[in-house]
Amino acid sequence: MSAHIDVTNLNVFYGKQQALTNVSIAIPRQQITVIMGPSGCGKTTLLKSFNRFLELTDGTTITGAVQVDGQNIYAGDVDVTAVRKRVGLLAQRPTPLPMSIYDNVCYGMQIHQMRTNKADYAVAVQHYLELAGLWEEVKTRLHEPATSLSIGQQQRLCLARGLAVEPEVILGDEPTSALDPISSQHIEKRLLELKNQYTTVIVTHTLRQAKRLADYVIFMYMGEVVEAGVARELFTNPQQERTRQYLEGVF
Amino acid sequence: MRRQPWNRRHLIERIMQIAMIGSLVIVALCLGAILWTIIVRGLPSLTWQMISQAPKGGFYMGKAGGVLNAILGSLYLATGATALAIVFALPIALYLQTYLATSGWAQLVRLALDVLWGIPSIVYGAFGFTLMIVLGVRASLLAGIIVLALVELPIMTRAMDEVIRRLPRDLAQAALALGSTKLEVALRVIIPQTLPGIVTAVLLAFGRGIGDAAAVLFTAGYTDRIPTSLMRPTASLPLAVFFQLGTPYPEVRERGYASALILTIIVLVVSFGSRWLAARLQRYTVK
Ligand SMILES: Nc1ncnc2c1ncn2[C@@H]1O[C@H](COP(=O)(O)OP(=O)(O)OP(=O)(O)O)[C@@H](O)[C@H]1O
Ligand SMILES: [Mg+2]
Repeated sequence: MSAHIDVTNLNVFYGKQQALTNVSIAIPRQQITVIMGPSGCGKTTLLKSFNRFLELTDGTTITGAVQVDGQNIYAGDVDVTAVRKRVGLLAQRPTPLPMSIYDNVCYGMQIHQMRTNKADYAVAVQHYLELAGLWEEVKTRLHEPATSLSIGQQQRLCLARGLAVEPEVILGDEPTSALDPISSQHIEKRLLELKNQYTTVIVTHTLRQAKRLADYVIFMYMGEVVEAGVARELFTNPQQERTRQYLEGVF
Repeated sequence: MRRQPWNRRHLIERIMQIAMIGSLVIVALCLGAILWTIIVRGLPSLTWQMISQAPKGGFYMGKAGGVLNAILGSLYLATGATALAIVFALPIALYLQTYLATSGWAQLVRLALDVLWGIPSIVYGAFGFTLMIVLGVRASLLAGIIVLALVELPIMTRAMDEVIRRLPRDLAQAALALGSTKLEVALRVIIPQTLPGIVTAVLLAFGRGIGDAAAVLFTAGYTDRIPTSLMRPTASLPLAVFFQLGTPYPEVRERGYASALILTIIVLVVSFGSRWLAARLQRYTVK
């Protein structure tokens, strides 16, 4: 099993404060990797290092390397828009763009000029809405504002929108934490269906969700990776004391 | 649990409420008094002739004619200046927000704009006039448009800047996460999302431009002829008001108030028109 994302000696500073310390980790291809750990341990920071979102915050310093398919995305000649096209992000709260449902899905394909004519775009929009499990609910109202959808539907729209630019990796930062239980299940179900085609990395605070989704688990504490391994083994037989404590709910 | 009407917190609340309502009433009264004055004194003289004719001989001594020259002049000046200002203000505001963000440079540009905002328009007029002497050109509609655009630019840019600043960060990030360039974010996300605010910014600037007398006095000049060329001088409503109110003839002064009324109506029509437009454009914005 080859690694899809390879992190070596990653250090991240917000100003002078260090958020990640010497993180080295390999994310397996076409599986669901779950990042866990207590609040403030650096999960979001690690996730944002995969699509070069850290640089959107002023004053961040990044050292080390993150390789996607063997290519260091922090190398000087890398096109950041190409990185973000390959590594998609599902945010914590759904953020529809200020346009129609249809255009939300179409937007990414348009900016990357991924189709040549209108009809092809329409076919693709339907395809990705189906993939996200939203088509049946929106097919008669494609040109209404995306904000007219419920929060759960909006998150599935964001999933469709992200899939439409044909990424290899899907990142999710607590992607169901703002949703009701049914909508969360919807998203989880999609992620499981899609996991054979995409490398998925999810941050979650709920242990049960982690157990439902994870093939591979990374446990972090205070900016460091404490333990990483195949989900079944890590959940049943953690090697590190801290991991065991976390799983038992000590902190 | 019973409410005690005169304890300290309720008292302060009451006093603040009264103060706020008081200020509101004062502002409303001032506005009302201004409108009342120009309506009462201007409406009787607001004839069809006033808005359909240029001044005839002896107009400023009470003979026939109207202020069509100034109405058209003002519309041309303010529309031209506002259009020109948009061309510069929108890119500056977007650049400030998407590329410079909170850097030192951005703060410097903002400071410069705020200083420019505070400079009286007569200074812009004088500056334009000096420049025109150096270049050897005469007062003209074009010169007036350029100088008025300079007057409008700081207001428009800062108003747009503030609107864009209030945009939720998540929104731009959602587009960036799909691999957008900053320009694509600006054109496809920021502008559609902030359009109502941008319209308001344009409106503010238009209002200042059309009401300005000092900047156009030197640069656009004044003439009784209907403006037909960018290279010729042109009349404007604020100056028309000024000249008419400055005469000793009561009927001409009445027509000065009528001209002020016309100016007010133009501003109101443009204002309501663009608000209506902005509301229609708001369909897709994320709240
Ligand atoms: N923009 C920022 N500026 C300064 N410090 C930050 C910033 N973002 C995060 N940090 C700090 O970096 C550390 C890691 O933050 P991060 O957001 O990655 O944690 P997290 O594991 O995602 O936490 P949570 O589970 O609460 O989301 C924290 O100590 C946090 O205070
Ligand atoms: Mg987080």
